[in-house]
Amino acid sequence: MFYREAGQFKTTYEADQAMLPIAQDRVGLLLILLIAFAAIPLLASDFFISSIMIPFLVFALAAVGLNILMGYAGQLSLGTGAFMGVGAYACYKLATLFPDLNILIVVFLSGFFAAGIGVIFGLPSLRIKGLYLAITTLAAQFFLEWCFIRIGWLYNYNDSGAIEVPQRMLFGLAITGPHATPITRYLVILTIVAIMTLVAANVLRGRIGRSWMMIRDMDIAAELMGIRPLFSKLSAFAFSSYYCGVAGALMVFFWLGSAEVESFDINHSFLIMFMVIIGGMGSLAGCFMGAAFIWVLPVILRAIPSAFELNILAATMEHISSIIIGALIIFFLIVEPHGLARLWRVGKEKLRTWPFPYAT
Amino acid sequence: MSTPANAHGDSPATTEPGVVAAAGDNEAQRREQLLSVENVTLTFGGVKAISDISFNILKGEIRAIIGPNGAGKTSMLNVINGFYHPQKGRISYKGKTRKRMKPYQAASSGIARTFQNVALFSGMSTLDNIMSGRSLKMKRGLIWQMLHVGPARREEIAHREHVEHIIDFLEIAHIRKQPVGKLPYGLQKRVELGRAMAMEPELLLLDEPMAGMNLEEKEDMSRFILDLNSEFGTTIALIEHDMGVVMDLADRVVVLDYGQKIADGTPAEVQSNQNVIDAYLGVAH
Repeated sequence: MFYREAGQFKTTYEADQAMLPIAQDRVGLLLILLIAFAAIPLLASDFFISSIMIPFLVFALAAVGLNILMGYAGQLSLGTGAFMGVGAYACYKLATLFPDLNILIVVFLSGFFAAGIGVIFGLPSLRIKGLYLAITTLAAQFFLEWCFIRIGWLYNYNDSGAIEVPQRMLFGLAITGPHATPITRYLVILTIVAIMTLVAANVLRGRIGRSWMMIRDMDIAAELMGIRPLFSKLSAFAFSSYYCGVAGALMVFFWLGSAEVESFDINHSFLIMFMVIIGGMGSLAGCFMGAAFIWVLPVILRAIPSAFELNILAATMEHISSIIIGALIIFFLIVEPHGLARLWRVGKEKLRTWPFPYAT
Repeated sequence: MSTPANAHGDSPATTEPGVVAAAGDNEAQRREQLLSVENVTLTFGGVKAISDISFNILKGEIRAIIGPNGAGKTSMLNVINGFYHPQKGRISYKGKTRKRMKPYQAASSGIARTFQNVALFSGMSTLDNIMSGRSLKMKRGLIWQMLHVGPARREEIAHREHVEHIIDFLEIAHIRKQPVGKLPYGLQKRVELGRAMAMEPELLLLDEPMAGMNLEEKEDMSRFILDLNSEFGTTIALIEHDMGVVMDLADRVVVLDYGQKIADGTPAEVQSNQNVIDAYLGVAH
């Protein structure tokens, strides 16, 4: 009823090709950005920001990275956790080697290391596809984990084997390290994630994004249209790993504060893959929905007993929330195997014609 | 001069076959020749898919390749495309002998192709599918694409305009934004033709463009092929099983059987060729 494009005529190709051609969508996105940039920092508690919003944004960015590879370019990867690790360790090394370099530059540079490693482990994709490719990316996961443990140089030979985030300033404010407030960290992360998502959306709707989708849908035809499979697949690996690497660097520098190899293990690869599948492969909005579903929902569920002063043990609540999440995953995948984003799109389509569904 | 091309009006293409008729004039023929296949042999292990076939495709003509199932027609297209590499023989394209090449190199040299089984990008809309045919024409690099401003945006819109012309030409404006996976088969074939057209090819290979269509759809498709040939001057090589379509559309026909060429000439010549009749109808024992 409220979601109608009636009367919104497009008279140029430019208007028709806009990222959000429907005015209501543009207003909706503006509202979300307003809430994220203004309302949450002003109103939300430190707990909400540091243990819900910051991890949510980190995982959403990693999911965007994996979705580019899996949902858009059609190459399965189980190495997401390790690629995040490469970004994090690269960021740590760069930050300690060049202490004067602006930390944001360091974060963006560290993504390139992840991209390089991603390209190397993407090479098998030229020969093998699908699940078999997923197995070869497992090699990346195990090999890189091994590197994070065995190569002391990566964590500056710390006795603990962990990387600890040094304090860095931006505009006179501490944005990393123990003294950075959750709100500053949140705002920095939010800005980076927002910009990088916009960039991803731009690439995906242009020639390069289309070439990835061509390879995904029909590689033989893609090759006949002049797409070089080598270049296309490896560029998808590079682009995707860059995003994962930056997400890993953000995770350590702006959320955890210190990290060991466990933060980048295969469970994280799976976690992010689930976010992409639940959220919707081939949809950027789906990455955020998936991250919210997998990360935010359990935290909220676990907070319910204390909020309503119910007498349930924390451990019991942990189990109950796992059960609920598991059931919801099954429910959503039955209702719409293409993920929450598709569900959302179908809902919007229905809303357009409501209450006259036969009007189209 | 009575070529079947006359059936579709006095388009410029009807004058082209005149060159074929004057095949005795060697000079003219060499000038007009777009692609020539000489003594090509392709084997898979012990199976000879194509043995010692030679034929040529002249600029601006509609060339049909026909033959019973398993005659090696699709293999021939795959050789021209660069998917298969023949063990023997020579292919020259635009007067130059071609080295062993990859399909994307064939694409950038101006050869486009549709498939026997529709090979569209099923996850993308009609518009995006046809836009994907413009990939080679778009030049802006990653940085511009990331920003999606200025030149990258202008480029995208210029190509969108070209694609819209193709959409108008093929009369598929109503399915512009629909995902192609859900379209009926006849329309999918049409979108695939549009995608190949978007590459602005010099040589368009159509692998059974009318397979599985009803009469009306076949008539539509024939019209598009003839218009495409006459309006844009695109040279077309098509494989087709419907003899009526082949006889009406093609300027010249090459007939394959068991990987060998058994006839080559105008539809009328081929039709009365005893080898062809034997291949299709069998030989009395």
